[in-house]
Amino acid sequence: MMIAESVRFALTGVMANKMRSILTTLGILIGIASVIILLAVGAGTSNAIKAQIGKLGTNVLTVSRQTTAGGRSAGGGQTVTGPRSRGTNLTLQDMAALTDPVMGPDVAATAPVVTAQNVTGTYQDATHAVATFVGTTPSYFSISNDTLAAGSYFSDGDASNGTAVAVIGNTVAQDLVGNSVTSAVGQTIALNGQNFVVSGVLAQKGSSGLNDPDDIVVIPYSAAQDKFTGYSPSLSSISVQAKSADVMNQAQNEIQMILDARHNVTSANRDYQVRNQAQILTTATTTTATLTILLGAVAGISLLVGGIGVMNIMLVTVTERTREIGIRKAIGASRGSIVSQFLIESLIISLIGGVLGIAAGYIGSAFPLLGTQPEVQWWTVWLSFMVSAAIGLIFGIYPANKAAKLRPIDALRYE
Amino acid sequence: MNDAVIQLDSVSKIYGKGEAEVRALDSVSISIDRGDFVAIIGASGSGKSTMMNIIGCLDGATQGTYHLDGIDTGTLDEYQLAQIRNRKIGFVFQNFNLIPRTRAVDNVSMPLAYAKVHRKERRERALEVLGSVGLAERADHKPSQLSGGQQQRVAIARALVTNPVLLLADEPTGALDSKSSHEILDLFESLHASGRTIVMITHEADVAARANRVVRFQDGHIIEDRRIRAINAHAVATAVPA
Repeated sequence: MMIAESVRFALTGVMANKMRSILTTLGILIGIASVIILLAVGAGTSNAIKAQIGKLGTNVLTVSRQTTAGGRSAGGGQTVTGPRSRGTNLTLQDMAALTDPVMGPDVAATAPVVTAQNVTGTYQDATHAVATFVGTTPSYFSISNDTLAAGSYFSDGDASNGTAVAVIGNTVAQDLVGNSVTSAVGQTIALNGQNFVVSGVLAQKGSSGLNDPDDIVVIPYSAAQDKFTGYSPSLSSISVQAKSADVMNQAQNEIQMILDARHNVTSANRDYQVRNQAQILTTATTTTATLTILLGAVAGISLLVGGIGVMNIMLVTVTERTREIGIRKAIGASRGSIVSQFLIESLIISLIGGVLGIAAGYIGSAFPLLGTQPEVQWWTVWLSFMVSAAIGLIFGIYPANKAAKLRPIDALRYE
Repeated sequence: MNDAVIQLDSVSKIYGKGEAEVRALDSVSISIDRGDFVAIIGASGSGKSTMMNIIGCLDGATQGTYHLDGIDTGTLDEYQLAQIRNRKIGFVFQNFNLIPRTRAVDNVSMPLAYAKVHRKERRERALEVLGSVGLAERADHKPSQLSGGQQQRVAIARALVTNPVLLLADEPTGALDSKSSHEILDLFESLHASGRTIVMITHEADVAARANRVVRFQDGHIIEDRRIRAINAHAVATAVPA
């Protein structure tokens, strides 16, 4: 009952100086709202990156040629001499070895990747510079989580025979044939002057961020080697799908054991590298986590400033109402009731600020910011509420104590 | 049974130390009985304000003992002193000391809130006491909407609402015009007639003349203790305060 009374007295105090209370509340409101919004932006960015990496394929490891000089110089003293490039080749035989059920039990599927740069597609009057140009086998599509919007993939036979067929991404199709992308199926397009028949159009993955996964042309690997890269025994890279996300690291070890043996290298002078999608994800997540912490810290500082504002106003209030405190003490208010009255007053201010800040945070997070859709995290809402309560308590306790410690005769004499 | 509401034994109040030592009260002993109406007078600096603070449990004595209604106040902690002020003493100040922006009825019921009385009962008792000081129709007015005399009557109502054993008034007419002063003093007289124990600090002789007993202070000593009228024994016997 005494608490209810303190709340009533505190409310009277808050209402006595409406403008001042509103401005103080605003300080907390802005702090809480910015914490929620900025952490939501961080979470939104992080989720967008994860989704984008997920679109690149599930449980994918990429084996690519080592481009640094490490392999050559380390091998220099041994069997490898001069500019011999045998060690830097990734071949179809390497790829076939990876699917060995004994040596590589955790490898589910593989696909060769032959890439070429600066490929331009033409159809009638339309041209399009292709961002990603891949020569591969049909297994590539399932590894990359690709699905068809129309038409069909090419066959394994097409892949090894070098048939002039192409599967194109949504962006490429749109640029070449216009908005009805499925009409591209069956049309003949020119890629750097070479004619290819479009066998299928990939379903849209949606762009989020820097590169557009739909700006892609996929053709049989042998056609890419014949017509674009010139005959070379080496693949650009090998895409490997692990059996599950849990065995990514085992799969990576198996790939390394198989290829180390085949290339006659050790971990010190490897002429290839295996990139693990999980590692990329971890790196990306760490980066966004750092970003989120920075954003949160900035927002936290504004919240701290808001808290100091509460304390400032409470100190002013206590000084202003010294006489009232004296009167209350004279008519029987104990220290405890004075403390609770002022503490509740600062709690009310900061909690109202907190609740309004949460509302403002939700509203602010409804709009895309910095190219990502902020995602409000439940825990930040709880945290904000707790923090605003804590601010009320922490920044209110000193002024409240100051009020309670006033001697009634001094307080009554105060003008 | 000891019938003294106030019992001071060799009470001293010393401010400062050494050279700067000031004895605001110097070994004062006095006993005030239930139902008495005592005026404490003296020039400024005589020690009468210090006396008021000690009697009102707003300040402690440096030496000596003070019994209020049989309780030795020297042994009480701060919380207990707050309770004593709440239940045993009703304060009336020179400048009314009402809480601003708070309705008269809420000002009057405030001591009951600190006494943990239920909200509904608080309001009933506050309205009843406001009625007894003739301000029933002003219950919802804020202090700024009341005249000085009315504000002081609200303050008296607040002092009476807990039914204290002692009504302690510090220059209650000091901030009022003569008409309002008379009304307030008449109110004190009628309260006294109904058996209340009243201690009034004043520096005006005509105000002091309304009391039963006049105690004059000078330099921290009682230099005169004069009884004008006897205590109305019948009123005390039938009085409500316990």
